[in-house]
Amino acid sequence: MVMSNRSGSIKSGIFFVLAVSITILSFAVGCTSKKSNEILIGQFASLTGSEATFGISTDEGVRMVIDEVNEKGGIKGRKIKLITLDDQGKPEEAASVVTRLIEQHKVVALIGEVASTRSLAAAPIAQAKKIPMISPSSTNPQVTEVGDYIFRVCFIDPFQGEVMARFVIDHLKLKKVAVLRDLKSDYSVGLANFFIKKFKELGGEVLADLSYQAGDVDFKAQLTQIKSLNPEGLYIPGYYTDVGLIARQARELGIKVPLLGGDGWDSSKLFEIGGSAVENSYFSNHYSNESDDPLVKDFVKRYQEKYKKTPDGLAAQGYDAAKILVHVLESIDEITPQKIRDGLAQVKNFKGVTGVITIDEKRNAAKGAVIVQVKGQTNKYVTTINP
Amino acid sequence: MGELIQHLINGVGLGAIYALIALGYTMVYGVLQLINFAHAEVYMVAAFAAFYANKGLLEWLNAVAVPGWVIFAILLLVAVGVGGGLAVLIEAVAYRPLRGAPRINILITAIGVSLLIQNLAQIGFGADPKFFQPSVANASLFTIGDSEVLLYDVTVLLVTTFFLCVLHYLVYHTQMGIAMRAVSYNPVAASLLGVSINQTISFTFFLGGALAGVAAVLIPLKYPKIEPLMGTLLGLKAFVAAVLGGIGHIGGTVLGAFMLGMAEQMVAAYLSSMYRDAIAFSLLIVVLLLKPEGLFGKKGIEKV
Repeated sequence: MVMSNRSGSIKSGIFFVLAVSITILSFAVGCTSKKSNEILIGQFASLTGSEATFGISTDEGVRMVIDEVNEKGGIKGRKIKLITLDDQGKPEEAASVVTRLIEQHKVVALIGEVASTRSLAAAPIAQAKKIPMISPSSTNPQVTEVGDYIFRVCFIDPFQGEVMARFVIDHLKLKKVAVLRDLKSDYSVGLANFFIKKFKELGGEVLADLSYQAGDVDFKAQLTQIKSLNPEGLYIPGYYTDVGLIARQARELGIKVPLLGGDGWDSSKLFEIGGSAVENSYFSNHYSNESDDPLVKDFVKRYQEKYKKTPDGLAAQGYDAAKILVHVLESIDEITPQKIRDGLAQVKNFKGVTGVITIDEKRNAAKGAVIVQVKGQTNKYVTTINP
Repeated sequence: MGELIQHLINGVGLGAIYALIALGYTMVYGVLQLINFAHAEVYMVAAFAAFYANKGLLEWLNAVAVPGWVIFAILLLVAVGVGGGLAVLIEAVAYRPLRGAPRINILITAIGVSLLIQNLAQIGFGADPKFFQPSVANASLFTIGDSEVLLYDVTVLLVTTFFLCVLHYLVYHTQMGIAMRAVSYNPVAASLLGVSINQTISFTFFLGGALAGVAAVLIPLKYPKIEPLMGTLLGLKAFVAAVLGGIGHIGGTVLGAFMLGMAEQMVAAYLSSMYRDAIAFSLLIVVLLLKPEGLFGKKGIEKV
C-alpha cells in the first residue's frame, strides 16, 4: 500500500512539473512574438455551433476585403492582419474571445458578431477598453446602445419587423398570423415584438404568440396549438437550425400555411435541414444576390471565384463591414482605436453591396431591406422595401 | 378535443424515447448501484455511428435499389453494436479497476468519462450540428379526429415495444438474466455460487448500451439534429424518468418515462415551453422528497 501510494505521488509530481513547464513555455513563446508593422483587426464569429454558417460566411466576406487590400500593398504600406477567433455560438465564449483579442492580440478594431445575443455579450468589453466594434449583422437595437464605440452596418429590428408586417398585409394579403419566437435570443424576442406591434397597427390579428428555446428539438406541443387556431401564416423570427426543424414538424402536423421569418434564416443549411418543408417560405434579408446592381454582380462573381459558392446575405454584410473599416483606415492619418471610432461615426453615403450605408447618430445603418422566397437552395428575390 | 389527441400522440412518442435511454441507467444501477453518467454519451456516439453509416450506405447503395427499411435495419444493427460495444469498453476501462473503491469515486469517474467523450466527439465529429436524412420517407398512416398518426410515430412505438419485450425475455427467462438479478441482489453470494461477476456486469452494460443504440436510430427519425452535446439534456431527462419510476426497477422505469414524456408535452401545450424542463426537474425533486425509492421502486435497506 505504502509503495503504491508513493509511486502515485511521484507520478503526480512529474505530471505537475510538466504542466507548470508547459504553461511557462507557452507564456515565453507568447512574449517573444515581436511587434510587427501590421494593422491588427480582430474578428469573433460562430465558426462552429448551431449558427456555424453565419460565422463562416461573414468571415469569408471579411477575409475577401482584407486579402484584396493586402494584394494592393496594404494601407499606406502596412498590411492588415485579420485574427478570427471562434466563439462556438455561445455568448460567454464571445465575451472571453473578445477579451483575448483586445488584451492578448492588441487589435485596433473588432468585427463581429452576427447574433445579437453574442454582440451584446461582447460590446460592453469593447466599449470599456475603447476599441471600436462593428457588427456586420446584429439587428437588435440594444447592440449599439451599449456605447459610442459600437457600430453596425445593417438595419435594425424595428425596421425589419415592420418590413415583414407590411409585406404580409400588403403583398400576401394575410390578416391572421401566429408567432413562434425563440425566448433565449435577444434577436428573436425583439423582432417578434416589433413585428407584432406593426402588424396590429396595420389591422392584422395575432392569433397566438408562443415560444421555444434555441436547442429544443421538439416543437410539436406549440405547433399543435397553433394548428388548432388556423392562422393564415406563421412568423418564426429564429435562426435557421431551429427554423428548419420547426418547419418539418409543422408540415408533419399538417400546417400548410406560408412560413415567414427574418435574416436569421439566411443560410444554405436552411434548405438542407428543412427540405421541402421550408419551400416557398418568405423572409426579410439584407440583400439579394440576384440584384442587377453592377457592384453586387461584381461582388458575387469574385466571391464565387474565391470560395466556389454563392454569397449569402451575411457574407455580403461581412464584406461591407470590412470595406467600411478599410475605408476609414485609409482616410485617417494615424491608426488608433480613437481615430477609427471617429472615422466610423462620419461614414456617409458609402456604396456597399448591401445598399448605400450612412451611419446615423445612433451608430446604426439606415438602408432598405429585401424580401426573398425560399426556392430550393436559392433564395428568389421578391421585393425591396425602403424605410 | 382533436388537439388533445394530438398532444397524447406526441407525449407517447416522447415517452418511448425516454424509456429506451432510461433503461440503460436503471439496469446499471440495478447491478452496480452506479449512476452511469456516460450513458448519454453512449447514445450520442451511437447516433453518430448511425449517421455516418446511413450516409455511407445511401451513397454506396445508390446504384442498387435497396428498400429503405433494409437500410433502417442495418442502421439498427450498427448502432446497437457500437452502443453496446462502447458501454462494455467504458465499463472495462473506467469502472472495473474501481470496483472495490468507494461509490463516490466511481460516480466522479462516470462524470469524467462523460466529459471526455463529449469533448473528443467535438474534436472528432465537429461541433456544428448534422442532419439525419432518413432512408424511409415519413407518411401519414391514419387519422384520429383531425390528428394524423405518422409512420415515424408508429415505428418508434413498435420498435421500442419490441426491444422492451426482448429485454424482458433476457432478464427474466435466460440464464444470464438470472445471473444479472442475482448479482443485483447480492454480488458476494452470487459469486460464491459460481456467477461470473465481471461477465454479468459486462453483459448488463452491453444491454444498456444496445438500447441506447436503438434510441440513437429512432430519435433522429423525429428529431434529425445530431450534435456532440445532444446526449446531455436527454440523458438527464431519462435519468429523471428512471428515478421517477424507481431506478433499478425495469417496469417502473418504463412507466416513469411515459409519465415524464406526457407531462412535458402537456406543460408545453397548455402552460408554456419555458416550463418544460423545469417541470421535469421539479417532478424529480417532489418524488425524491415524498418517495425517494421512486413510484414503483422497492424500499430497501441502504447498503453503504
